[in-house]
Amino acid sequence: MMASSYNAKEEDGHHHPGSVGSGGPGGVKSKKPDNTAFKQQRLPAWQPILTAGTVLPAFFMIGLIFIPIGIGLFVTSNNIKEFEIDYTGVDMSSPCFNCSQNYSWNSTSSCSCSVPFTLDQAFESNVFMYYGLSNFYQNHRRYVKSRDDSQLNGDKSSLLNPSKECEPYRTSDKKQIAPCGAIANSLFNDTLELFYIHPNGSRFAINLVKTGIAWWTDKHVKFRNPAGGDGNLSIVFQDTSKPVNWRKPVYELDPNDPDNNGFINEDLIVWMRTAALPTFRKLYRIIQKKKDNMTPTLPPGDYILEVTYSILTINVTPDYPVRSFDGRKRVILSTISWMGGKNPFLGIAYITVGSVCFFLGVVLLFIHHKYGNRNNNADIPN
Amino acid sequence: MHIYKPEQEPAVRSLGPENLLLKGATLKNTKKIYGVSVYTGMETKMALNYQGKSQKRSAVEKSINAFLCVYLCILISKAVVCTTLKYVWQSKEGQDEPWYNQKTQKEKDTFMYLKMFTDFLSFMVLFNFIIPVSMYVTVEMQKFFGSFFIKWDNDFFDPEIKEGALVNTSDLNEELGQVEYVFTDKTGTLTQNNMEFIECCIDGFQYRQRDVRSELDGFTVTDGPVHKLQPKAGVEKEELFLRALCLCHTVQVKEAGSEETLGDRLDGMLPKPEEERGFIASSPDEVALVKGAMKYGFTFLGLENKKMKIRNRQNDIEEYSLLHVLNFDPVRRRMSVIVQTRSGETLLFCKGADSSIFPRVRPEEVDRIRLHVERNATEGYRTLCVAYKQLTAEEYMVAETGLQDARLALQDREEKLMAMYNQLETGMSLIGATAVEDRLQEEAAETMEALQGAGMKIWVLTGDKMETAKSTCYACRLFQRGTELLELTVRTLEDGRSKREERLLELLRDYHKRAVQDAPPVRTGVVTRSWCGSQEYGFIIDGATLTLVMNPPRDADASLYRSLFLQICQNCTTVLCCRMAPLQKAQIVKMVKNSKGSPITLSIGDGANDVSMILEAHVGIGIKGKEGRQAVRNSDYAIPKLKHLKKLLLAHGHLYYVRIAHLVQYFFYKNLCFILPQFLYQFFCGYSQQPLYDAAYLTMYNICFTSLPILAYSLLEQHICIEILLDNATLYREIAKNAMLRWRPFLYWTLLGIFQGLMFFFGVRFLFSNPALQDNGQVFGNWSYGTIVFTVLVFTVTLKLALDTRHWTWLNHSAIWGSLAFYVFFSFFWGGIIWPFLKQQRLYFVFANMLSSVSAWLVIIILILLSLLPEILLMVLRKPRGPLSRQKKPGQSNVGGIPSSQSSARPLLMRTFSDESNTVILTVFLQDELVFDGCCHTSLLQASEGALLTGAVGWDHQSSLTSADLHPLRFNKTQQRFQLESHDSKSHKTAPSRHFLL
Repeated sequence: MMASSYNAKEEDGHHHPGSVGSGGPGGVKSKKPDNTAFKQQRLPAWQPILTAGTVLPAFFMIGLIFIPIGIGLFVTSNNIKEFEIDYTGVDMSSPCFNCSQNYSWNSTSSCSCSVPFTLDQAFESNVFMYYGLSNFYQNHRRYVKSRDDSQLNGDKSSLLNPSKECEPYRTSDKKQIAPCGAIANSLFNDTLELFYIHPNGSRFAINLVKTGIAWWTDKHVKFRNPAGGDGNLSIVFQDTSKPVNWRKPVYELDPNDPDNNGFINEDLIVWMRTAALPTFRKLYRIIQKKKDNMTPTLPPGDYILEVTYSILTINVTPDYPVRSFDGRKRVILSTISWMGGKNPFLGIAYITVGSVCFFLGVVLLFIHHKYGNRNNNADIPN
Repeated sequence: MHIYKPEQEPAVRSLGPENLLLKGATLKNTKKIYGVSVYTGMETKMALNYQGKSQKRSAVEKSINAFLCVYLCILISKAVVCTTLKYVWQSKEGQDEPWYNQKTQKEKDTFMYLKMFTDFLSFMVLFNFIIPVSMYVTVEMQKFFGSFFIKWDNDFFDPEIKEGALVNTSDLNEELGQVEYVFTDKTGTLTQNNMEFIECCIDGFQYRQRDVRSELDGFTVTDGPVHKLQPKAGVEKEELFLRALCLCHTVQVKEAGSEETLGDRLDGMLPKPEEERGFIASSPDEVALVKGAMKYGFTFLGLENKKMKIRNRQNDIEEYSLLHVLNFDPVRRRMSVIVQTRSGETLLFCKGADSSIFPRVRPEEVDRIRLHVERNATEGYRTLCVAYKQLTAEEYMVAETGLQDARLALQDREEKLMAMYNQLETGMSLIGATAVEDRLQEEAAETMEALQGAGMKIWVLTGDKMETAKSTCYACRLFQRGTELLELTVRTLEDGRSKREERLLELLRDYHKRAVQDAPPVRTGVVTRSWCGSQEYGFIIDGATLTLVMNPPRDADASLYRSLFLQICQNCTTVLCCRMAPLQKAQIVKMVKNSKGSPITLSIGDGANDVSMILEAHVGIGIKGKEGRQAVRNSDYAIPKLKHLKKLLLAHGHLYYVRIAHLVQYFFYKNLCFILPQFLYQFFCGYSQQPLYDAAYLTMYNICFTSLPILAYSLLEQHICIEILLDNATLYREIAKNAMLRWRPFLYWTLLGIFQGLMFFFGVRFLFSNPALQDNGQVFGNWSYGTIVFTVLVFTVTLKLALDTRHWTWLNHSAIWGSLAFYVFFSFFWGGIIWPFLKQQRLYFVFANMLSSVSAWLVIIILILLSLLPEILLMVLRKPRGPLSRQKKPGQSNVGGIPSSQSSARPLLMRTFSDESNTVILTVFLQDELVFDGCCHTSLLQASEGALLTGAVGWDHQSSLTSADLHPLRFNKTQQRFQLESHDSKSHKTAPSRHFLL
C-alpha cells in the first residue's frame, strides 16, 4: 500500500520534474519556503507595553501641559468682549416690533427701527459685528444642496443653465436665476448700521468695513463673476433674473465697489457658507481699530443700532422674516483673540481634562506604589 | 465459481473474502493474475465511507453574523427614530417648509406615506456605513494573505518529503485557535506505522540490540559494553528462537534490481549491499521480526519451491520445507507454520499475542516470560510470544489429513479449520517473546502533551485493536500511570452474565458516576491544569459497543445512552475509540460537534480512512504521510508531520484568532463611531438626511483612511510572541470558547464606539456654539464642522489601533503613520482644487482653513486624547501580562528557531534513515487497517513480478500500469538520498547542497 500511494502522490500532487522520487538535478529545487524574516513572521518589531510605569509620567505631563493651556484659553476667552442685541421684535415694547408685523404700509419705502444699547466696557482692537439667526436651518439638506457652485464660479454655461439642484429657485419669469438656489434666495438682507451717541448728544456713524469678512479663498477663487461685459456686470447678467426674494439683482449688491459686487459680494459669500447648526452667527462687518491707537475702537457709552428692513417681494412682511419659524435675530459685537471668538468651552475642557489626568496620575501612582510590588512578585512564578 | 479445464470436469470452487484484492494489494508469487472487478465506483468501500464535502464556516463568521444582526437592528432603529422624529418635527408650524426653503412642486405632490418611506430609505442610506461592508473584504484579504504564513513557515518544512504545510482553505485560519476536541487517527498519525524490533526475551533472558543504532543516534547509549548479543540463554534455545522468528511468518523477499545495485556502488555511499533486501508482508510487524532476526545473525533468504531458506550465524544456508501455514486471524490472534527440517523433523512454530499463547504452553514456562511481556506492554511495545512444538510423524499425519479435509470442506470451512488449528496449537513450549515498537511520530508525546495543556481533549480514533491502541496512548502520554481507564468494549460487556444491553447501561451509569458526579473539579477546572490535581480519566470504547450506544435496540434509550456517553467522554482527558470504521469516526466527530456548547473539533489523519472524519470536523488536518493524498486533498490544512500540529494550533491558530477577532471588533467599532456623529447631526439639521461628512470622506473612510492599519495589524500582530505561545500551552486557553468575540467584549467595543462617537460630535458641537473660530473673526460652516469631526475620528480610530498593536514592525509603522499622512495629504489635495466634475465644491479649502484655526487644533487634540483616555486607563489597570510579554525582546532575533527541540529531534530522524538503509523496498500491507480501508480493485491486474503493482483503477485513479515499472527505480533513488541526508545531518552540514551529487 505504501508504494502505490507514494507514487500516486507524485503524479497528482505536483507537476514539476524535481519532485521527491526522481532525484535528478531538479530535485534540488525544493519547495522549502524562503527563510526571510517576513515570511517567518520574524520581522524585527518594537513591542511597547503600556504599564503604570510608562503611563504615569504621561498622565502627569498631560496634566501639567493641559491645565496651563486651559487656563490660558479660559482667560483669553474671558477677555474677549462680546455684546449681543436681540432685535427680533417679539415684544410689543421692542422698537422693531412694528417692522416685524404684517403692517399694511407703503411698499415703496422701507421700514427701519433703532435699537439703543449701552456698552459698559470699551472694545479694544478690531471689533467684529456678527448677525445671528436662531432656528434657521441653513444645514437642512434640501437647503444645503440648493446652489450651483459652478455658476458662482463664473461659469458661463451654468449661468444660463443652472443646476437642477436649485429647484424651485432655478427660474423665474422664464429666465434663469443668478445666483440660483434656496441659499442665495434667502440672503440675509437686513441692513445694520451702528451709531455712537456722544455724551453731548451728537450721533456719529461708526465706519463698518464690508470686506474681509469672507474666506480669502472663497472670495478670490471659489466665487467669481462671469467674464465679459467689459466689467459691466449688468450686461453679463442681462439674460438672468434676480432671485425671487431679492429686491435688486446680483450686480447691484454693492454698486460702489466693483470688487464687492456680483458673485464676489462678501455678504453673499458669507451667507453661502452654510452654517453648521440651526443657531448660528455670521460675520457682517468689521469695525477697525482707530489709527491713533489711543482711543478704543468702541468706547463705553450709548449706541444705536439702526436696522433697515428690506422688502422681500414674496412676503408681505417687510423684514427678514424669522418669526414664522420661531427664529431670533441678533447682532453680536465681539472682539477676537488668537483662538477666535468668545467660547469658554475649550478652556474648561482643557482644565478639566488636565485635572482629570493629573488626578488619575496621582491615583495610579498610589495604586502602583501600594500594589505594584505585590503584582510583580505574583507574576514572576508564572 | 465453475472452473473449466480442457480435459476435466468443471470444478466448483467457492469464492470468499480472501479472494478479494483490495486497493493497494501487492502481487506476490506470480507474474500475473486475472480478475474481475466486483465493486466499482460508488460501491467501493471508500466511496461508501465518503461524505460529501460541506461548506465549513468558522465560529468567527457566526459571531460576525450575530454582530451584524445587532448592527442591522441599530441601523434600522436609527432610521426609524429619525423618520419618526422628522415627522414629529415637521408637524410643528413652519418647520417643514419655511419660506427660505421651499419644496419643489414634485416633492409637494408626493404622497405622504411614500415620502415617509423614501425618508426612511434615505436614512438607511445615510447610516448604512455602520454595516462594515469593507470588513468582509478585509477579512477575506486577511484570511487569504494570512494563510500564506502557514505555507511559508519553515518549521513546517519537512526535509524528508521536501514539502511544507499546505493550506486548502483560508477560511478556517482562526478556527485553529479555537480547537477544543482533537480527533486523531493512530496509525500513520500518532505512530509512523514503521515497526522496529526492539528486544526479545529468550527463555526468560532479555536481549536488547545495542550495536548499530547506538552508534548512530546515541539514543540507547547506556550502561554495559556493546554486545552483539548478550549470551545468557543456552545457544540452542537462542537459535531455536531465532529460527522460529525466521520461519514463522508470511514475509516475501524482494531482491534489489541489479542495475540499481551497480549504480549504488559507484558512489560508494551504500553500506552493506547484501542487506539491501526488501521484505513484503501483510503486517509490518512481521517484517520487523524478520529484520530483527537478521540482526542477530539469522537471515531469511526467501521461499522457493516451498522451501524456506535461512542463513544462520555460521553463514550456512539452512533449508526448511514449508508444510503448512496456519494463518493469522484476529480471533485466534496467533499464527503458526509447520516446517520440516532437512533431517526430517517436523516442527510447528507459533507466534501470537500473549493471551492466546500462554494458555497453550506449559504453565511453568510462562512465569519467566510473562514479566518481560508485561513490562514491554506498558512501555508501549507490541509484544508477541513465540512457541514451538515438535510433531511426531503420526501427529503430523493426523494434522495433515485434518487440515486437508477442513480446507476442502464446502460448508463451515472456517469453523472446521479453526478447530483443526486449535487442536494443533496445543501443548507447545514457550521459547520467548519479542517486543516490536510501532515507532511514534517525532515528538508525538510532546505534541499531545502540549495540546492537552492547551485544554484540548484528545480522542484517538483508530481501526486498530484495543491493545495496540492502548499501548500507543501510553507511549504518547495520553494515558498516564495515574489515569483511571474506563473501558467500554465488547470484552467488558461480555464479562457479566447479564445481557449486553443491560450490562452496557450498567457500565455507562457506573462510569458516569465515577467520572462526572464524583469529579466535579474537572468541569470547573478549565484554568487549572486538569491533570495535576484531580483524578484523570481515560475512556476506551470500541466500534461494536459504539454502535450499540449510538443505535440501541430500543430507540427510547438512544438519547439517554448518548448523553451519558457524551458526559463521560467530556470529563475524560483522553478517549480512545478502537476498531472504528471510517464512518463511525465521522459519527463520533459529529456527535461531539453537535453536543452542548458546540465545541470546535479538529480531526487529523493521514489515510483515506480518515477522510470522512476530516470532512466532518470543523477543521480537518491531513498529514502528508505515506498513505497517499486522500487525506491531504480533503483536508483544510495539511502538514508533513504530527509534531507540526503544535505550532499550527498553539502559535498560528492562536495568533490568527486574536488577529481576526480584533479585526472584526475593530471594524464594528470604527464604523459605529464613524456613523454615530452623523446620526446625532440629524437632530440638529431638521432630520433632513444632511450628511455630516463630505461624500469623499464617507467613501474613503473605510477604503483608504482606516483600512490599511487594521490589515497590517491583522496580518502581523503577535500580541505574544510565537516562542512563548509554543512554550506555554496554557495561553491557548485564554482564547478558548471564542473568548474575544463573545457578547461581553462586543459590548465593550460597542460602548467604546458610542462613547467616542458622542465625544466627537458633542465636543465639536460645543466648539461650534461660537463658529467664529479663526483669528480674523471669520466663521466656519457645516463642512468645517464635519471635517473637524472626521479628522478627530480618523486619528482616534487609528491611534486606538496603535494602542492595541503589540508588535510594531516597519509595516505597522508605515501603515499607521502612512494612513494618517495620507489622510492629511488627501484632505489638502481634495480641498485644494476646484474639481470640474463636482457639482458642489463643498470642501474647497475647508481643511486648510481648519488647520489655520488654533481652536480647531486644540479641540482635535483634546478630543483624541479624551476618547483614548478610558482605553489607556483600562490598559494600565488591567492586570499586566508582565513576564510573558517582557520575555519577548530577547527572542526576537532568534532566527534559528528553537534550538532545544532541534537537538532532540535529530537522533530520531537519523534513526529513521539508518533503518531504511537496510532495505531497498519496503512495502507495507496494513493488516489492521485493511479491514476497513479496502477499496476494491477494479481492473484486470497484470504486472510483472518485481515491479511494484500500484493500486490500479481505484476510484481515485492514481496510477497507470506503465508507471509501475519505474517505481522501484525511483524508490531506490529516494532511499539513497535519505541515507545521504542522514549522513549529512550527522556531520551537521546542510542537506540540500549534497543533492547535487545525485
